[in-house]
Order: sequence, then C-alpha cells, then structure tokens
Amino acid sequence: MNIGQRLALFYRSSLEEPVRIFLKNKMAVAGLVILVLFFLIAFFAPLIATHDPTAMNRLENGRPARLQAPSPTFLFGTTDLGRDVFSQIVMGTRVALLVGFLTALIVTFIGTNIGLISGYYGGWIDNLLMRFVDILYSIPFIPFVIVLVSLLRPSLWNIILAIALLTWRSVTRIVRSQVLSLVQRPYVKAARVAGASDFRIIFVHIAPNVLPLAFLEMAFMIGWAIIAESSVSFIGFGDPSVTSWGQILHASFLSGAVRTAWWWVIPPGMAIVILVTSVFMITTGLEDVNNPRLRRR
Amino acid sequence: MVRSYFARRLGYMVLCLFVVATMVFFMFRMIPGNPIGALMDPSLDAEAVKTLEQRFGLNEPLPTQYVLYLKNLVQGDFGTSFFYRKPAIEVLADKVLNTIILAVVALVLAYAVGILAGVWMAWRRGSKGETVLILLSLFFRSAPVFWVGMLLIMLFSYKLGWFPNGGIRSPGYEASSLWMKYLSLDFLHHLVLPALVYALYYVSTPMLLMRNTITEVLNEDFIEMARAKGVSETGIMYRHAARNALLPVVTSFTISVGLAVGGQVLVEYVFGWPGLGREIVLAAQRYDYPVAQASFIMLAATVMVMNLCADILYGVLDPRISYQ
Repeated sequence: MNIGQRLALFYRSSLEEPVRIFLKNKMAVAGLVILVLFFLIAFFAPLIATHDPTAMNRLENGRPARLQAPSPTFLFGTTDLGRDVFSQIVMGTRVALLVGFLTALIVTFIGTNIGLISGYYGGWIDNLLMRFVDILYSIPFIPFVIVLVSLLRPSLWNIILAIALLTWRSVTRIVRSQVLSLVQRPYVKAARVAGASDFRIIFVHIAPNVLPLAFLEMAFMIGWAIIAESSVSFIGFGDPSVTSWGQILHASFLSGAVRTAWWWVIPPGMAIVILVTSVFMITTGLEDVNNPRLRRR
Repeated sequence: MVRSYFARRLGYMVLCLFVVATMVFFMFRMIPGNPIGALMDPSLDAEAVKTLEQRFGLNEPLPTQYVLYLKNLVQGDFGTSFFYRKPAIEVLADKVLNTIILAVVALVLAYAVGILAGVWMAWRRGSKGETVLILLSLFFRSAPVFWVGMLLIMLFSYKLGWFPNGGIRSPGYEASSLWMKYLSLDFLHHLVLPALVYALYYVSTPMLLMRNTITEVLNEDFIEMARAKGVSETGIMYRHAARNALLPVVTSFTISVGLAVGGQVLVEYVFGWPGLGREIVLAAQRYDYPVAQASFIMLAATVMVMNLCADILYGVLDPRISYQ
C-alpha cells in the first residue's frame, strides 16, 4: 500500500463517520466558517488594515484625529491618541489566533499524555498525578496568570506559559477517566496478551480512541486561552510589542471611553465574542462526535 | 464517621495550602533580578532594609528563608505592603467577605435562573427558542466578563443612570453595624451590576447541564408512568424530570463555587469592588509583592473553604452520599 491508499483507508476507517456527524451539526459548521474567516483576516491583516494601528492619525486640518466617531475614513472611529480602532482590531486577530491555538496545542499535548500515563498505569502513579491535579484545581486561574505574568516580563510567550502551566489539569482529568474505561476493553487485553509493549498499547491502541475527546478539550482551551490573554492584557500586562484586543480595551477602560466613545469599547469586545463563540459552536459538533446521546433526533 | 471525614478533609486542605504556599514562595523568588529587591520597597533607607532583611532572613540561604517564610505565614505575617505601608494581612482582612458575598450572590442567581431555563430548553428541544437560548449562553460564555461589565456600566450607569458605576457603598455612608453594612439598600444597589455580570457568565453551565441531563431522564420509565397517569407536561418537566436531573447540576455548583471566587477578579476590578481579586490586580500593577503574595494565598484558601462548604451542602441535599 502506498501512502495515498493508507491515508484513504485511514480516512474511511476512522475519520469518515466523525466528519459526517460533525457536518450534520449546522451550528458547528457555521462556527467553522467564521473561524476560517478569522484566519483569512489574520493572514491578510496588513492588507485589510486601513491605517498603521500605532500611528497618530490627523484630520484634514492637521489636528490629531482624537476620539472621532466611526466614518468611512475611520471605520470603527479613533482612540484618544488618534489611532484607528479598525486597524488595531484587524492586527489583533493575529495575536488572538496565535495565543489561542498555540496554547491549546501545548496544553492538549501535555494534558493528554499525562492523562494517558495516569489512566494506563494506575496505582501509585495515578494516585500521585491525580492528587497533584487536585491541588492545581485549588489554584485560581486568572489570578495565577496575572501574578505570574507580572512577575516575569509581560510578553506573549510568558502569557502562553502561564496559561499552559495550570490548564492542563482539566484535559488530564478528562482524558484519564476515558482511559480508565478503555484499559478494560478486550482489545487492550488482547494486545497485552499478544506481547505489545506498554508504549505501543498506549499510543497505538488507546490514544486514537481518546483523540476525539482531546480535540473537544482543545477547542475549549482555544476559547479559554483567548479570553485569558485578553484578561491579562486588559489589566495592563499585555505584550507591549503587539496590539491585542485586550490591550485595546485596557486603553479604552483607562481613558474612560465607556462614557465618551462607545466605538472604542464595543468592536474589540465583539471581536473576542465572535471568535470565541465560533470556537464554542465548533465544540457542539465535536460533542456530537463524542456523545451519541446528544445528537439531535 | 462524619467527623473523621471532615478531619481528613481539613488535613487535606492544610496540605493543599502548604503546597500552594510553597509554590508561591518559589514563584516570587524567581523574579528576574534581585530577589531581595522584589520583597522590599526600593525607597526604604538602609536601616529599614536591614530590619526587613532580618525579619524575612533575606540574606540567609534559600532553605532557611523558606522555613522562616512558613513560620511567618502560620502566624499570619505576610510582610508589609509597599503601597499601604501597613501589614498585608490588615490590608486584606475586610476584603475576603466582600469577595465571598459577590461570588455567592452571583452563583445563586445564575443557578436559579439556569436550572429553570434548562428545563424549558429540554422541553422545547429543537425549537427556535432553544436555539436562541443556546446562542445567548454561548455569547455570555465567550464574552470576557470585564467587557460585559463595561457594557453594563455604559448602559445602566451612564445612559440610564439606574445604578452606580462602581464601588461598594456611596461615599460618606456610615453603617451602624456589621449587618447594616451588608443589608442596606445602598449596598444592594451597588451589588446589582457586578452580580448580574458574573451571573450572566455562569448561567450557561447549569442551563446546558440541566438540558442535557433532563433529555436523558426523559427516557426513564417513571416519566412514561407519569404520562400514563395523566400528569400534565408542565408537571412532568418540573416535578418529575427536573428533580431527578438536579444532581449533576448540584455537583457542578460545588465545583463552580471554587472557580467563581478566582474568576471574579476582573469583575471586581472593573466595578472597583473592594475584594481580594481587585486587590491582587492592583498589587500586581503596583508591584506590591507582599500584598500580591498574601492575596493569592488567601484567594486559594477561600477557594478551598468554599469547596468544603459546598461538599457539606451536597451531603445535606443528597442523603445517599456517605462521608467516607
């Protein structure tokens, strides 16, 4: 069999059914379409942005364009420093997607592997890891990220690190509980009798069966990571070298825009809401794949 | 039996606190640069620096410092705030209650509304109304709480002028007693917006959970039986199905209670609600490390205590639970 045939076989045996179930969920498909749109915006951001997001724009009479209401020139108006809100939001798409997907990938990778090990080996290994996860659960998430990022230098990487350090707890817990039941299945026992190594059983026989669940958790993580980044940036610990949605809101909150400039408050928040909602809409489709009982009758 | 269960739970809590405190110790000492500088006010004179160094053993090796840190911690000595110029514990003492009140009010509100709405959603499965509620709950789950807070301030404080835009009491208000402090109309007036923002964020958990478990419960025989008896649809949904679907929701409540305390940091910040969460943000912004350290540990402790209370409540609600 060549690679193409193998892929085709793999698709038919393990992907065709989940994909079909996923596509049946209209909400999930709509979410996917929105997410793809965000990726396009992020990719072509410099072309879409109408102004330099950090430059002070001026009116025709040469005065700085402070707090201008939305107009054809400034689609979402301007900030108190004459910056174009629309361009800031367009550029912020890149930060949101980068933080969301990278964090989720790291967290899911760590969480799934620890969950697999914990659930497969059981005994004292499982006990130790799960007690540790329990303790992690007593640590408040957002405060932890804020304190860690303020202690380290505020940067995208430190924000990602701080989120990842704590959130693997939930992926681990969920994957482990699934693994506990998978270990009891006949095919795992058969593999063991046939002499397969632990490594092979974990990654060839068990891991593929927790992947749909891991994907579901990863989608939730994307949403949480985006919100966590915007929260940290909102407080003032965003990466100073980039423009993120949370930072836009930080500036607008400090300048009292809630009283004066609605266009500086609503659009950046809407961007977060639409992106995160699209991810959560996708999770409803992934939930259908995972839990047949929830499928629409 | 019950007593030994709680003794064990308490022992476990102490262990958790110990681990968290240890983590905090190393977190705050891995700050880039001078670890001594991080714990002390840079504007202090040499004399004061020396006293502080001795008190925290900052010129001792790390293990000695750690022992001293734990010793101080047990005695409630978290160091002196750079900003307020008084012990961190004094700064935080009255903040804990404010945080707990906001969290509990918001959660109770979210769960009361969420449970009822969830039942309705399961009942009208596949209808337009259900889709609208799902989208609404997704919206408030996806919206950063601080942004929803800004929107509500924009609408209800500045446009309509119905509620104050922040704070916990009107300036100049003097409470005659502790009870009056938290039961006065003025306090409730300030509580409405922050509690609403946080309840909107949390409402989707009980709502969606209730909808899913009810859908499962509806396949049970006793529902069939109720139908055969001629119980009305409303009666079936709210009296028979809802009661039996409540348990997972109560479980999620016990988990949420802990998460809520940590998550309301941003609500407190936006509304200027003088709680632990706002203090941790301000301390981080001011690089007031003793207060940041103290409020982090106290926040974790509050989470643990509230989890314990929720577990006790759980046992009361479901007598089948046995404490082991």
